[in-house]
Amino acid sequence: MSDIPISHILFVSTALFFIGMYGLFTRRNMITMLMSVELILNSVNINFVAFNKYLYPDKLDGIFFTIFIITIAAAEAAIAIAIIINLYRSHRSIDVETAEEMKW
Amino acid sequence: MTASQIIFYILSAFILGTAVLSVTTKKIFRSAIWLLFSLIGIAGLYFWLQVEFIAAVQIVVYVGGIVVLIIFSIFLTQQSGKEMPGPPLLRTIASILSVLFGFALSYLLIYKNDFKAGDKEFDWSVSKIGKQMLETGENGYVLPFEVVTMLLLAAMVGCIVIAMKAPAQPSSVGKATEPQEPRVEEIIKS
Repeated sequence: MSDIPISHILFVSTALFFIGMYGLFTRRNMITMLMSVELILNSVNINFVAFNKYLYPDKLDGIFFTIFIITIAAAEAAIAIAIIINLYRSHRSIDVETAEEMKW
Repeated sequence: MTASQIIFYILSAFILGTAVLSVTTKKIFRSAIWLLFSLIGIAGLYFWLQVEFIAAVQIVVYVGGIVVLIIFSIFLTQQSGKEMPGPPLLRTIASILSVLFGFALSYLLIYKNDFKAGDKEFDWSVSKIGKQMLETGENGYVLPFEVVTMLLLAAMVGCIVIAMKAPAQPSSVGKATEPQEPRVEEIIKS
């Protein structure tokens, strides 16, 4: 357990964050962009748990933040998908390039 | 190299590989499935860190909830077998470069920093989490807990309001009829 230094775990979470950034840069479909955001949120969660376990093992704050982030991510995904479906009804497309006018 | 280290490196390679496939594959349904594998790998990483409660929450909420929601929305909005057009070459190169430089900078900062490890044993239990979550004292988390309950309620109501179909009869005035018009035109055109 402690034979892995914390910087290796941070390597994984940093790489996951920038993979999510890459997806956000290159994708133009709203659902795939939402998936990239989920990857970014997950990398943050890994960071919180690793810091809590390695640096402040007598506290629980990292775990609380992880739980709250997971909750808010669920709410955010639900809202985003509702908006996407509504946009699809009016535009017949969920590409961000075609959704430049949101007023319908 | 101990077994624990080997397991960690296998899990990390699995998470990163499936995440890369998830953001680069052309078919949107495969992208969702790779995301599912990546999230399962992250749950495995939490198991490896011996935080089983977070791992269980991760599986229940992400794998059981969000990915299923995403897959349903793909079915509602896309032809899932169709290939998505890839990004233009210039954008791909620029994204890769910016992501690589950003990663190098962040990891350089992490690498140069020496983290002082805590010397105590990490002890969490679900009862401890629950007690501190509902505590009103100094380290209690009851205020964010209540705020999150309100947020979830608002999100639920908001989802229903946003995704509800506008009423079809023309007697309803103003905004309610507006989303219908382009749709009808599209149907007539096609």
